[in-house]
Amino acid sequence: MSPASISFRRPSADRLLYRALAVSAGAVAAILALILVYLTAASASLLFADAGLWRLDWHPSLGAYGLLAMLVGSLTVSALALLFAVPPGLVLAIWGRFFAPPWLGGLYRGAMGLLASIPSVVYGFWGLVTLVPWLNRWAPPGASLLAAALVLALMILPILVLQADLALDEARRRHLPAAMALGASVSGTVRRVLLPTAAPELLPAVLLQLGRALGETMAVLMVAGNVVQLPATITSPIRTLTANIALEMAYASGAHQTALFASGWLLLVLVTLIMLGARAMAGRFGAGPAGEGRGDAR
Amino acid sequence: MRVEALDRAGRSDRLHGRWMGLLAMLTLLVPLLLIGELLVDGLPALGADFLLSAPTDAGLGGGIGSVLVSTLWVLAVCLGVVLPLGLGCALFLVEHVRAGSRLERALQLTLDVLGGVPSIVFGLFGNRFFAVELGLGFSILSGGLTLACMVLPLFIRAAEQSLRQCPTGYRQAAAALALSRWGFARRILLPTAAPGIALGVVLASGRALAETAVLLFTAGYVTRWPGSWFDSGRTLAVHIYDLAMNVSGGSTNAAATALVLLVLAIGIQALAVALGRISRGVSA
Repeated sequence: MSPASISFRRPSADRLLYRALAVSAGAVAAILALILVYLTAASASLLFADAGLWRLDWHPSLGAYGLLAMLVGSLTVSALALLFAVPPGLVLAIWGRFFAPPWLGGLYRGAMGLLASIPSVVYGFWGLVTLVPWLNRWAPPGASLLAAALVLALMILPILVLQADLALDEARRRHLPAAMALGASVSGTVRRVLLPTAAPELLPAVLLQLGRALGETMAVLMVAGNVVQLPATITSPIRTLTANIALEMAYASGAHQTALFASGWLLLVLVTLIMLGARAMAGRFGAGPAGEGRGDAR
Repeated sequence: MRVEALDRAGRSDRLHGRWMGLLAMLTLLVPLLLIGELLVDGLPALGADFLLSAPTDAGLGGGIGSVLVSTLWVLAVCLGVVLPLGLGCALFLVEHVRAGSRLERALQLTLDVLGGVPSIVFGLFGNRFFAVELGLGFSILSGGLTLACMVLPLFIRAAEQSLRQCPTGYRQAAAALALSRWGFARRILLPTAAPGIALGVVLASGRALAETAVLLFTAGYVTRWPGSWFDSGRTLAVHIYDLAMNVSGGSTNAAATALVLLVLAIGIQALAVALGRISRGVSA
């Protein structure tokens, strides 16, 4: 029996309560609607006109507002960060659940929880004062695509481990006893049985982290070098869409500001599409809503 | 033959366990380095004076007193909005929306999408809507309100989860006693769910405290002591960013500020873990 279907007595206080609750739920929906409306309205004059947003050159003083180089920068850095974070994330989750002594595994998950709570600006600051000078020694200028991807990977790793752990634990409860009874090794069971079983839940978790990486501003802004260009090598500096907004919003006006709003709109659409994809995937495989693990993990 | 296979399996497991454990420890080394670096750089600058005085000379001198106060103000505005609005929305979801109905799916979708919006986009929206459209300017109020929009989904999820853990039996008993829904919510539902709701508040403040991008063009950069809601004020995270990126030689004070922020963030996380345990214990 669902909670909403139990009938209570209905005095007038309840009608008032119902109205108040409905209004607050409506307000939450209104916030999302307002964001969409304001962002679209603020960027419409460039977005829906052929204003060269899809070109490479970004020279606001000359009236060239090409976002393509920064879009490529955002996508590359996020993809690279996932590449760095997903394999170790899986290994760490597997180790913590199946190979470590239970107390150590629990401790490790606690540590990951703490790491997940470190603000991104602190990760960015560490990247700026430690990682960048270190990279600078063998691949100047140091502040680069690689530095940004490494800092991002470090930032998304803890939540990835925690979410992979949840998915694996679920699979373990269903299949591990049977596999053990067959005399299979733990490593073989994990590889052949548990990872395939958990995959439908792992994939949306990875997608959500991709969205998070795309939307991250501070950590990337502080270590990526912020040169508007297509990255020639992994060690060349780049600028992402998010960093561009943070850097130039303070003094932008007119069409320049509109272009920044347009890049915000682009980010919003990209991240929302990724989120919807993750949600659809989780829904199709019969798991809960994709967003559920996020609250726990933080 | 079978025993041999088992033995081989055990040996391969031990091998796998070892290299994975090594990797796990190595991964843990990086954050330890991070914290060590902050301690070495920041601890000498940290003292009672640093925590209580306002920054001077763009942050190179003085402390972070006014920054701390601004941070608390922003957080207070944010929680002041999130708590009633979020609790209302969570109660609506649990009490008035039938599971699986179209309204429920629409609201869940809204929360998921809102929760996924990048923080810098919230910053743009807050700048346009609160600072420009509503005329609040760069102020603690517009910063806190924008932040509230951002952490709402997180809080609502946590509150919803703990409200749903209230046993159906309580509900049936309340209905049988002819309690009103309002009476039930106030006397039974909210007290049972209190630890979970507190967890939501803690998670939301942790997220709000860590945020920088939202506040850059809503709450602004001013380092003075804030006099009212309508003054601009920079938060700890913004202070770290500004010192590290825009002030040369600011990295010592940035490290000290980062240390303060880190202690706050980790304290909040520890509180969240404790509350999570209580909240689960109550429902079990």
